[in-house]
Amino acid sequence: MPSHRRNSAEWVGILFSLPWIIGFAVFIAYPILASLYFSFCSYDAIRPPHWVGWRNYVELFTQDDVFWKSLSNTLYMIVFGLPLMLASSLGLAMLLNQKVKGIALYRTLFYLPSITPVVASSILWMWILNPDIGLINIVLSRFGVAHPPGWLTDPAWAKPALILMSLWSAGGGMVIYLAALQDVPDTLYEAASLDGAGAWHKFLHVTLPMISPVILFNVIIGLIGFFQYFTQAYIMTNGGPEDSTNFYALHLFNRAFLDFQMGAASAMAWILFLVTLLAALVVFKTSARWVYYAGEK
Amino acid sequence: MRNRRRTTELLTHIPLIVLGVCFALPFFWLISTSLKPDAEIFRIPPVWIPHPIRWSNYPRAMHYIPFALYTWNTLRICLFCVIGTTLSCSLVAYSLARLKWRWRNWIFYSLLATMLLPGQVTMIPTFIIFKWLGWIGTPLPLIIPSFFGNAFSIFLLRQFFMTLPQELSDAARMDGCSDWGIYWRILMPLSKPALATVGLFTFIGSWNDFLGPLLYLNDERTYTLSLGLQMFVGQHGAEWAMLMAASTVMTLPIVILFFFTQKTFIQGIAMTGMKG
Repeated sequence: MPSHRRNSAEWVGILFSLPWIIGFAVFIAYPILASLYFSFCSYDAIRPPHWVGWRNYVELFTQDDVFWKSLSNTLYMIVFGLPLMLASSLGLAMLLNQKVKGIALYRTLFYLPSITPVVASSILWMWILNPDIGLINIVLSRFGVAHPPGWLTDPAWAKPALILMSLWSAGGGMVIYLAALQDVPDTLYEAASLDGAGAWHKFLHVTLPMISPVILFNVIIGLIGFFQYFTQAYIMTNGGPEDSTNFYALHLFNRAFLDFQMGAASAMAWILFLVTLLAALVVFKTSARWVYYAGEK
Repeated sequence: MRNRRRTTELLTHIPLIVLGVCFALPFFWLISTSLKPDAEIFRIPPVWIPHPIRWSNYPRAMHYIPFALYTWNTLRICLFCVIGTTLSCSLVAYSLARLKWRWRNWIFYSLLATMLLPGQVTMIPTFIIFKWLGWIGTPLPLIIPSFFGNAFSIFLLRQFFMTLPQELSDAARMDGCSDWGIYWRILMPLSKPALATVGLFTFIGSWNDFLGPLLYLNDERTYTLSLGLQMFVGQHGAEWAMLMAASTVMTLPIVILFFFTQKTFIQGIAMTGMKG
């Protein structure tokens, strides 16, 4: 290493960052630009791409019915699945943030589903959601439900079934909330008690503001996750029945690697990019109103 | 007073127990089904504890798909990814946490922006790059990118490096230690918990990955467990006992790993949510 450190500080920094600089150029920056270019091309990954202007976008918007269907399926997951997911993981974390015996055991139990391999848990849930002999309908009929839903075989129930399954892995968000809850100083709760606040008011005025940065983190992570929801649908339903689980990322994958329409798929990818960006922007903008950073005025 | 405390403790236990049962039941059903003789699988009312317990479902499942080969394929990818990720990400994290240089903030912003980028945007061109390199059908596309870092792990390691006292580096520098020396001989040994966390997350991520192998592995001999298991569903759709046995075997290493590394896990997750 050279001894004239001040002059070389710049180079040392670049040298240490080199893996990321190269990786970013090759695996992020170039692909982003290339997919933007492909999105204006007709391209089958064998012959060279040739420019078609806005045609891919126009065809997606006007002729590809599944495009709109897949977009609305994905939005369904975000509108119904995401809030349920956030509430469940927070609920589990609040339950665990108490001083009772056996917490470590429960924590493990709630967390394990979220690190179970997706392929394994998808196969397991195909079996659990089986309308005739699946665990869920067995339990439901034992509780007196005469006609339990057909779950993955019924277009109306397939998405709720997948949301139910995703709640099983709410433990991933839970542990992040739990870490935040344990950081809330007890003195704040004691002060609130002195002011006569009940449990609900403490939750509303102490807990929620204090963990709001972590809520923001989980909202963003969950948003990105649901926008890219793919593997479970690919394995369990392959988009069916009647395209009710044909999600955006699945349709995109099929257009690219089943139909070899890389141009149209790239257009879909860029639309997804812009929609994700817009959604994240909206969340960040509104977060100024509900996220509280301790140590900031 | 004592009675009241006991009642509240009971009240908090009830939802925990109910939810605990809900979360445990799928696992129980997985193992129970995997040990059932064929006749008991479709029986109504259901059989909770198989009788007789049919252990032979396991060897049967592992005979149907080349389990050992797939496990080896998966393990190899996981190990290379762990090495690549911890090495590359710690290097970059060092430059972000410990060095002052002009482009540092830009590198940091590029990390944050990348975290918001949907993988679908880069998927097709990246596929074309690997196709051009002739790597389709080999595990290389799943391994090589890990040597160029990923935003999440760099971020996590940067957070950890920033908690280590700056005096350590300053003292070493006074003694004539180079930046490489500070990184390799001082920071890295002190960062074992954070490195273990990154290694763990990387290992589990690679073990569980499905989309990557689906895109790049088209030769059956290079399949990973995820891909092999998914193919198994297509071929033996109704053989639930074997499917459950295979799923159990694939999940087991992750569960065991988790039990041995719980502390690392929890610390790492606490760091994930850390702001700054």
